Amino acid sequence: MPLLDVRNLSVDFKTANGQFRAVDGVDVQVDVGDVLAIVGESGSGKSVSMLALMGLLPWTATITSDSMMFDGVDLSRADDRTRRSIIGKDVAMIFQEPMSSLNPCFTVGFQLREALKAHLPLSRRERQKRAIELLEQVGLPEPERRLRAFPHQLSGGMCQRVMIAMAIACKPKLLIADEPTTALDVTIQAQILELLLDLQKDTGMALVLITHDMGVVAETAQRVSVQYAGQKVEEQGVNDLFANPHHPYTDALLAALPERATTKHLPSIPGVVPGQFDRPAGCLFSPRCQFADDHCRQVKPGNAPAELGHARCHYPLIKGVPQREAS
Amino acid sequence: MTASDNSNAVTANAAEGQGELMARPGRFREFWSYFSENTGAVIGLVVFLTFILIAAFADVLAPHSPTEQFRQALLQPPAWQEGGTSEFLLGTDAIGRDLLSRLIHGARYSFFIGVIVVVIAAGSGVFIGLVAGFARGWVDTLIMRLMDILLAFPSLLLALVMVAILGPSLVNAMIAIAIVLQPHYVRLTRAAVLQELPKDYVTSARVVGASRFRLMFVTVLPNCMAPIIVQAALSFSTAILDAAALGFLGLGAQPPTPEWGTMLADSREFVLRAWWVVTFPGLAILINVLAINLMGDGLRDALDPKLKRS
Amino acid sequence: MLNFILRRLGTFIPTFIGVSIVSFLFIRLLPGDPILLMAGERGMTDERYAQLMTQFGFDQPLLSQYWDYLKGILQGDLGTSFKTKRPVWDEFFTLFPATLELSLCAIVFAVTLGLPAGIIAAVKRGKWPDQALMSTALVGYSMPIFWWALLLIILFSGMLGWTPVSGRISLMYFFPTDTGFMLIDSLRSGQEGAFASAVQHLILPTIVLGTIPLAVIARQTRSAMLEVLSEDYVRTARAKGLGPLRVNGLHALRNALIPVITVIGLSVGTLMAGAILTETIFSWPGIGKWMVEGISSRDYTAVQGGLLMIAVIVMVVNLVVDILYGLINPKIRK
Repeated sequence: MPLLDVRNLSVDFKTANGQFRAVDGVDVQVDVGDVLAIVGESGSGKSVSMLALMGLLPWTATITSDSMMFDGVDLSRADDRTRRSIIGKDVAMIFQEPMSSLNPCFTVGFQLREALKAHLPLSRRERQKRAIELLEQVGLPEPERRLRAFPHQLSGGMCQRVMIAMAIACKPKLLIADEPTTALDVTIQAQILELLLDLQKDTGMALVLITHDMGVVAETAQRVSVQYAGQKVEEQGVNDLFANPHHPYTDALLAALPERATTKHLPSIPGVVPGQFDRPAGCLFSPRCQFADDHCRQVKPGNAPAELGHARCHYPLIKGVPQREAS
Repeated sequence: MTASDNSNAVTANAAEGQGELMARPGRFREFWSYFSENTGAVIGLVVFLTFILIAAFADVLAPHSPTEQFRQALLQPPAWQEGGTSEFLLGTDAIGRDLLSRLIHGARYSFFIGVIVVVIAAGSGVFIGLVAGFARGWVDTLIMRLMDILLAFPSLLLALVMVAILGPSLVNAMIAIAIVLQPHYVRLTRAAVLQELPKDYVTSARVVGASRFRLMFVTVLPNCMAPIIVQAALSFSTAILDAAALGFLGLGAQPPTPEWGTMLADSREFVLRAWWVVTFPGLAILINVLAINLMGDGLRDALDPKLKRS
Repeated sequence: MLNFILRRLGTFIPTFIGVSIVSFLFIRLLPGDPILLMAGERGMTDERYAQLMTQFGFDQPLLSQYWDYLKGILQGDLGTSFKTKRPVWDEFFTLFPATLELSLCAIVFAVTLGLPAGIIAAVKRGKWPDQALMSTALVGYSMPIFWWALLLIILFSGMLGWTPVSGRISLMYFFPTDTGFMLIDSLRSGQEGAFASAVQHLILPTIVLGTIPLAVIARQTRSAMLEVLSEDYVRTARAKGLGPLRVNGLHALRNALIPVITVIGLSVGTLMAGAILTETIFSWPGIGKWMVEGISSRDYTAVQGGLLMIAVIVMVVNLVVDILYGLINPKIRK
């Protein structure tokens, strides 16, 4: 049984102009000790599905799903109290903006000890000791001094380390990292990723890494799930995905990587992710797809079999060639 | 309805294989869709429009003259209470004037006060604010310090003292209130101008060679309007409240003017004897001010993108 | 922080000078001869007139008149009230405790009700408690308080007979008013029932004066809370699995308080304006009533002094609020 098993998750947002579907029928499975990367452009709903799992979406969101099983508990049906006893303890999450994710009015130590106090029966002194340990574990020098600091006195990278320390405070079984390095300097990005992977190896927790950076995926993940406009369009093991992408979108994403460029100019994907007002009738990627025909534009595609990476495409690619006969 | 129109249009477009971006709903329609979403704001608007109609047709609507004294009916209670007659629906005051007629005519004054005060305060305030925002340097500093000084005095106190200088009358009360309210417009406008100035569209207008006057009024000002409009709605109600307060203190409209605050001042001594002469004028002020504030809140929610729901 | 205080003082001093100029010009802008206005004497001889002219310094150039006025202010000399013939400074500080007592009660009333109302409304956003609380707050915000006072008098004094109509304490009691705060003085007097009487007299004026600040604080707390509730760090707090009380009441409120405290500080001006009306209606012997009486009895030196002092008090409170703002906002504190 997988550690996390989310079935047919959809999230709608209430906007002034009606409902907007940000996540559309997504499945997520994560096994114990797994490293899953969820990849997609901004607006593809990759963070929203994980926030929905954590119950962290604003009141404008409506969440529907067949089930959200985590470690034997269905989070979609659990009451608030049960959910709160799991969130922050067994599932933890770190966010894109480390600076604004820490409360400016409280010291680092207060916020870190608070995470411990919420779930573990530790005494005041034990909490302080554990807090120091945690900061050491995430590689912050002078932990005693850092505990007394306010977030604005730390750099972005340091804040993210504090966030990670808070997330792993109760030894979670699953850590969700939502673009943990996007807001950081390039030099710091690698350090933070390395830290996350080391912690994953040491503790054996599962890691879900949400990112838009294919380079990060290649270095970290075991499995990759590609999302586009709220839908999962492909899922494969990382090596297979890079060797043989089955969805044209994945293919285009990979082609846009500088390391894989074959021409002088870096190829890009024309257009943007469809928004509320321009959702196509057929395949959501059809307006930007170089292989799309009228069939793609009018009929929604289903999922291809597992050997084709569950690609949500009428004509999944094999070695870059669309299989027109297949459908 | 808007949303479904759009999605239909999109489907059609997509089906034709054009896949082009659908235009967002028009600016006014977007504003109206936000505004009308707010039930309170719509109620406020309706009530406010009713007040304007009452003010406009006061002569037709009022059963009596607002100043005519009915000697036989002093302090007569409202029609539904014992001793009341249908001739004076809301009763009469201490010298036998019909309360309903006075209230209906009073609507004129409060609307008139609101409009004049807002026009003077907003007109001068926005202009001074534009000058401060564009001039920068010592002109800016001087203007803003002057505004700080005006704002250091509690508004009603400053208005009170100004009326003492100018002499108690409705016109002077309006001038005093306008002067007291005007610094808010200066600050708002200046802040909005400073926010707009570094934007690209201003730079491009500058590069094209727009005159300073054109830059101020044609390029920048329309983009600063949202907070100013909201402030206008809020100061409309403040103006009515403050004018009524001055009238109540005997420093605004003078008797026998049927201004609501002045009517309340006249009725103070009957507080414990004739509840109706006290209750109705105040209720009229409250409903009027409440309607405008409801509208103002709706305007703010609809115009201020920061507070828009995402 | 020191830098911040110094910078803030840098705007305080010019504003103070400006305010003093306004109050200085007040008497000179009044219609009629300022000397006759200030002296308030009838049938004055030319000799007496010339004597007063020198006494008030009107024979000096305007600038040196102002200089003398400013020096007087700094030494606590605001001139003499011609009605009571007492120094305006003393007059002001005799009456000021009454206004301060009323204002403090009103603020406590407004904060204890307004803060929770705003928090509940924000947390229950869009649901019925939010709508009920915010509708009530808007009514309070739109309230002509002089009418509100009359209504409360009709209800509580007229119909129910629970509260007195005017004054600070029943005439039955007489004791020295050392502190000027009736609540404290009545307790110290040891007279039975004196304190209860003082409290009874305070209730209606407190409600009337506190109504608009209450509405403003409730609305401001709600919007500050709403803004803060969508911040990343509140999401972090929820991601820790903390309960709603801790998330809303600690993580969110602590940040939302920063703008709310500013609003509470800025409502001092509103309170002073409200005190003018409230004190007049309830015959509360404070600064507001004194100012209105000063205007109607043409005691212009008193009005001038009161104008200056009230503005200075409002400015000082705003200054303190700004510095406090710096203290509770760690981003400024560094």
